[in-house]
Amino acid sequence: MTFSSQANADGTATVQQGLTTASATVFGPREPRAQSRGTLLHDRASLSVEVGEAAWAQQGGSKRSRGDKRLTEVAAAIRDTFEPVVMLQLYPRTEISVYVQVLGSDGGILSTAINATTLALIDAGVAMTDYITSLSIGLHLTQPLLDLSGPEESDIPHLVVACLPSTGKITLATLETRIHVDRFEEMLDVGVEGCRVLHAEMQAEVRQRTTTIVERMQMGQGSTTAVATA
Amino acid sequence: MLERKRLTSGLTVTSKVFVRSRNGGATKIVREHYLRDDIPCYSTLCEICHEHLKPDAAGLLPQFVLSSTPQKLTSGEMHYVVVDTNIMLHAVDMLENTACFCDVIIPQTALDEVKARSFPIYQRIRALVKGSDKRFVVFHNEFHESTYINRGKLETINDRNDRAIRKTAKWYQDHLPSVKIIFLCNDKDNRTKAIADGLESYSLSQYIDCLPNADDLRDLVPQENVSFSGDRPEISFPEYYSNSRIMGGIKNGTLYQGIINISPYNILQGSVLVPAFKKPLLIIGSKNLNRAFHSDSVIVELLPKDKWREPSSTIVEESAVAQNDNPDEDDDINGSEPKGVISDNERRLLAQEALHVTSESKEQQLRLQPTAKVVGISRRSWRYYVGQVDPLSVSESGNASKTCFVVLMDKVLPKIRIRTRKATDLLGKRIVVVVDSWPSTSKHPQGHFVRSLGDVESAEAETEALLLEHDVEYRPFSKNVLDCLPKEGANWKVPETLNMADGQLAQRKDLRDKLVCSIDPPGCVDIDDALHARKLPNGNYEVGVHIADVTHFVKPNTALDQEGASRGTSVYLVDKRIDMLPMLLGTNLCSLKPYVDRFAFSVIWELDQNAEIVNVDYMKSIIKSREAFSYEQAQLRIDDKSQNDELTQSMRILLKLSKKLKQKRLDAGALNLASPEVKVHMDSETSDPGEVEIKKLLETNSLVEEFMLFANISVARKIYDAYPQTAMLRRHAPPPATNFEALNEMLRVRKKGMSISLESSKALADSLDRCEDPNDPYFNTLLRIMSTRCMMAAEYFPSGSYGYPEFRHYGLAVDIYTHFTSPIRRYCDVVAHRQLAGAIGYENLDLSHRDKTKMELIVKNINRRHRNAQFAGRASIEYYVGQVMRNNESVHEGYVIKCFNNGIVVLVPKFGVEGLIKLDLLGKVDSAVYDEDKFELTFEDHSGKKRVVGVFDKVEVDVKSVKDEVTGKRKAQLLLKK
Repeated sequence: MTFSSQANADGTATVQQGLTTASATVFGPREPRAQSRGTLLHDRASLSVEVGEAAWAQQGGSKRSRGDKRLTEVAAAIRDTFEPVVMLQLYPRTEISVYVQVLGSDGGILSTAINATTLALIDAGVAMTDYITSLSIGLHLTQPLLDLSGPEESDIPHLVVACLPSTGKITLATLETRIHVDRFEEMLDVGVEGCRVLHAEMQAEVRQRTTTIVERMQMGQGSTTAVATA
Repeated sequence: MLERKRLTSGLTVTSKVFVRSRNGGATKIVREHYLRDDIPCYSTLCEICHEHLKPDAAGLLPQFVLSSTPQKLTSGEMHYVVVDTNIMLHAVDMLENTACFCDVIIPQTALDEVKARSFPIYQRIRALVKGSDKRFVVFHNEFHESTYINRGKLETINDRNDRAIRKTAKWYQDHLPSVKIIFLCNDKDNRTKAIADGLESYSLSQYIDCLPNADDLRDLVPQENVSFSGDRPEISFPEYYSNSRIMGGIKNGTLYQGIINISPYNILQGSVLVPAFKKPLLIIGSKNLNRAFHSDSVIVELLPKDKWREPSSTIVEESAVAQNDNPDEDDDINGSEPKGVISDNERRLLAQEALHVTSESKEQQLRLQPTAKVVGISRRSWRYYVGQVDPLSVSESGNASKTCFVVLMDKVLPKIRIRTRKATDLLGKRIVVVVDSWPSTSKHPQGHFVRSLGDVESAEAETEALLLEHDVEYRPFSKNVLDCLPKEGANWKVPETLNMADGQLAQRKDLRDKLVCSIDPPGCVDIDDALHARKLPNGNYEVGVHIADVTHFVKPNTALDQEGASRGTSVYLVDKRIDMLPMLLGTNLCSLKPYVDRFAFSVIWELDQNAEIVNVDYMKSIIKSREAFSYEQAQLRIDDKSQNDELTQSMRILLKLSKKLKQKRLDAGALNLASPEVKVHMDSETSDPGEVEIKKLLETNSLVEEFMLFANISVARKIYDAYPQTAMLRRHAPPPATNFEALNEMLRVRKKGMSISLESSKALADSLDRCEDPNDPYFNTLLRIMSTRCMMAAEYFPSGSYGYPEFRHYGLAVDIYTHFTSPIRRYCDVVAHRQLAGAIGYENLDLSHRDKTKMELIVKNINRRHRNAQFAGRASIEYYVGQVMRNNESVHEGYVIKCFNNGIVVLVPKFGVEGLIKLDLLGKVDSAVYDEDKFELTFEDHSGKKRVVGVFDKVEVDVKSVKDEVTGKRKAQLLLKK
C-alpha cells in the first residue's frame, strides 16, 4: 500500500494484494471539462470512474482493451460503491474523476481497485463519511477463504464485499455463482471481519503518510524561515 | 508471546515458472507462496512451538502427537523417523505394521510426491496420520519459513524435493536436540548427501537392523530390485514396447488395449476382449503372455494368421509346468546356456497342440481364433495376494534368508518368489504377499511377505483369506464413521409426536395404524422390508411395501456415507456377515423390527383384482411392524385355516396378488434359471458345519420376492422420470448368441432335437421348458445351470449411459429396473432412496447423485463390489462344503459338463460342487482319444476296460475331500466309479 506521488494528480494510491496491483488516481474536485459538461449536476459533484488494464497485467499475455465489458462493469461497481460515501454535496457543480489502472491481475481486481480508490480519495482530500474497504471471499466446501488469487477465483464460488468498516454497513456485495443461503451469511460475516482488519491497515498507512507530510511541512517551514533569516 | 511476523516482512515467496504453451511460445506463470512461522513440530518434547500456535479456521489448536518417549534403538537412543517418498511408496505395508514405525514425520514434499505417484498409497498414509495410535505427523515443510527452499539453477525438480526433505530432517534435528532424528532413504546418493549435512541416515534394511525386534521384521522389507539368481538371467521375456510406440500403435490401430483373462483351466492361455473384434483375442504360451497377471490391463499386438489357433482343450496347471523349478536356480550353475522361455514340459504340451492343429478340418477352421501377444502393460492389477509357501521349494532348515515360492490361492496366478528367513515356520500357514516387480529376466514375479493369517484350514485364516482375495473391506468401522451415528445410540427412538416444528418430520406420513409385518429368512436381523395389504371399499386392494429408511441416518458426504459407498454391499459368508453399515443401524435403528416404531420409505399401490396398478404413491413414513415372520412361520400361518385374524387375512391377500404378479411376469418371458446353490447348516454349539442342503423355496419366498420386484420397478420408473440422466438403474443385457454356441452344439450332438432359441427371453424360457429328458428329471435343471453361465451379468448404471431400449432387464423381462428394497445391505438402494426422496420433494438431492460422472464412479465401484461379494460368498460355501465332505465320503451322482482331451469336469448336484477329473486319475493316459465333434473322451480305465464319457452323461462319482498339498486348498476330489 503506497501513496505514490504523481505530480499532476490530486491524489494517487497503489495497492497490492498478493500479485494483484491496482493504482488509482483522483482528479478533482475540479471544473468539469468540455466533454463531460453534460453530466454536470447543480447540487453536488459528479463522480466518474474509468478502469483500464495495463497490457502486461494479465498472465499469459491476453490483453483487455479499454472498452472491455468486464472493466466497464468494474468501473460501474466502483462508482456505485463510492457515490453514497463521498460527500458529493459539498462540491456542487464540480467533477471528481477516478482513474484506476490495473497493473497486475491475479484475482480480486474489483476489491483491490476499491481499496486503492479509497486511499486515493483520502490522498486527494475529498470528504468521505468513512473508509470503504473491500475483499473477495471464496467458499471451499464449507470453509470461507479470504482474498482469493486468480486460480482460486476461477475454481470456487466467490463473493466480493465492500463495507464501511466503522459501522459495518455493506455498500457492495456481488456474487456470480450459486451458493447456499446459510453459507452466504457466514461468508459475509467473515468478509466484514476481514474488511475491519484491512481498515486498520489502511488507517495506519494514512496516518504515517500524514505524519511524514506534516514533518515535511514543518521542515519546509523551518527552511523557509531559515532562508528568510539568511 | 512472540512478535508475529507480518507478510510484508518477508513471509512470502514468488515463484516464476515458464511453461511451453501449445503454439510453441512460452507462458509465464507467477504464483505466490506464503510462508508461516507458526507451524509446530508436533512433538510433545518441544517447548518452543507451544508459544506460537494459532488456532485453525474451526478454532482448534493443532494436536501434538509425537511421543515424548519414542521407540528406542538397540543402542538405547530414542528416535523419530523422517521418511522419503520411495520409502512410503515401496514399504507402506511396513509403515502400517504395528511392531515398528511409531513417531514418524512425513515431510509434505514427500507426501505430495506420493500423491502424484500412487493415490491409494497416499490414502493409506493419510489414514495412518489420522489414526493417532501410530503417531504419524505430516510436517508442512513447504510452508515453513525455515524449511522452504528455492529450486536452484540447473537443479532438477527431484533433486530439489530431495533437498527439501533433507532440510526438514535437519530442521528437526536442530529443533529437537533431545531425540535422535533418523532420515530414512533407500537412495544411496541421497544418503551420502544427508550424512554430509550431518544427518543420521539409514536405508530401510539398515534401520530395521537397528531395531530391537529386527528379527521379526526383516522379512517384511520389500525387495529392492535385487536379482534372485545372480547375474545370469534364467529366462528372458521380450521387453515391453516403449510408451511412445504403444501410444502410436493404439492410435493407428495396430495395437489394442484390453483386460486380460487367464483361462481357469489353462494358465498358459489368456484372452483379451477388444472392442475391435467380435471374438476375444487368444494369447497362448508364457512368452506371448509376457508377464501379464490375470485382470491386468494390457496392450496386445496381433500375430500373423498362420499362428491363429483354436482355444486349447487341454488342462494346464501351474504345477504341471513349473513343478521342478528351483527358487534359487543354483543347481544348474554348470548348465551351459540360460534356459529359453519355454520349459521342456511346456514344450511338450505345445507340441501336442501343434499336432492337433495340423490335422485340422474345415470345421476347425471356423473355430480358429485370432491370437496375439502382450507388448505392454498399462495397469497392473497387483494387490495383496493370499497363498502359501510351496513346501517343495523350501529345502533345509536354518536361519539364513532363503528364497522360496508362494503358491497363490487364485489358480490363474503364477507362483511368486519371496525371500524370507522364516520359510520353515511359514509352511502350512496362509500368508499374505505383495508382488514388487517382474523383471524380464526372471521367470517368476518377485514379491515379499506381508503377514501370516494363521494355519491353513483354520476357519479364521480361511475366512480372512477369502475376504482378502475378493478385496472385501472387513476391518471394523473407523471412529470417524461411528461418529456419524445418532448420539443416542441404541436408545434412539422415533419421536412420539409428529411435531410440526421439524419440517422434514412433518412431511412423514403416520402409517402406524396399518397392519404391517415382515417376512424374512429365519434368524434374520437386518430386516429391510415389510408389507401390508388391505381390501378397499371399492373392491380394489391397497398394498404397501415399506423399506427401512436408511438415508435418514446416512446423509450424503458424511464419513458414514463414504464408507458405505466404498464397501458397496454387505457380504454374506456361511459363518459371518461383513456389514456395509455399522451394526447399530443395520440390525437396530434401521431394521424394521416388530413392535417398535421405525422410520420407513413406503410405496403404496392401489391394485385391482388382476393386480393391475390403479394408483401408486411414494412417501416417507413411520410404521410399526406387528410381527416378524420367517418364511416357514408365514407359510404355516397362511395355510392354517383356523387363523382368521386381520393380519393373516392381509397375508393371504398378498399371496393371492403375488401369484398373479408372478404369472404376469412369466408370461412376459421372465427366465427361471437355476444355480447349484446349497446351504450349509452349522452346528449351533460347536459351529462346525453339519450338513449340506439344497435351498428349498416356499410360496412365501416368492411372495416377498414378487412385491420387492414390483416396488423396484415402480421406483425405477419414478426416479427415471425425475432424473433422466442420473437415475440409478439396473439392467441385464441379453446374452450374445456366441455365448450359447458351444452349449447348443453340445445339445445338437448329444441330445437329439434339443436346442435353445435365443430370439427373446420368452423364447429362451420356452425352449428351456421343452428340454426335458424323460429318463432324467435333473437334466432340465442341469441345462438351466449351464445356461445361467452363458448369461451376461446384470449391472448397475446411471440412466444417462444407455438409451431407453437398453435399460431392459432380460432375466426379469421388464423394461426398467432398479434396486430399492435393501438399503441396509446395498449401496445402490441408498442412492435410489435419495433420488426417490428428491423426486417426491421430500429433500433436495445431493449434487453427487445428480452429476453423471460422479454417478458413473459410484456405479463402477458397486458393480465390482457386488461381483466380489458374490464370489466371496460362493467361495465360503465351497470351503464349508469341503469341510462337510471331509467327514462323509460317499458315492454320488454327477454330470459331465465339460470335456477336455486330458480330463473331464463333473458337477455333483448334491453338494453343488464341480470338480475336474484328470486323465491320469481316470485311466491310462496314452489310451485316451478325444472326439471333439462328439464331445466324447474315450479311454481305458485302470483295469484295462474301454470307457466312453461324453458331455451330459450321468456318472457315478466317488466324492471325497482332499487337501491340495501345494495350495493348501481343500477341494472336492471326484473319482469316476465303474
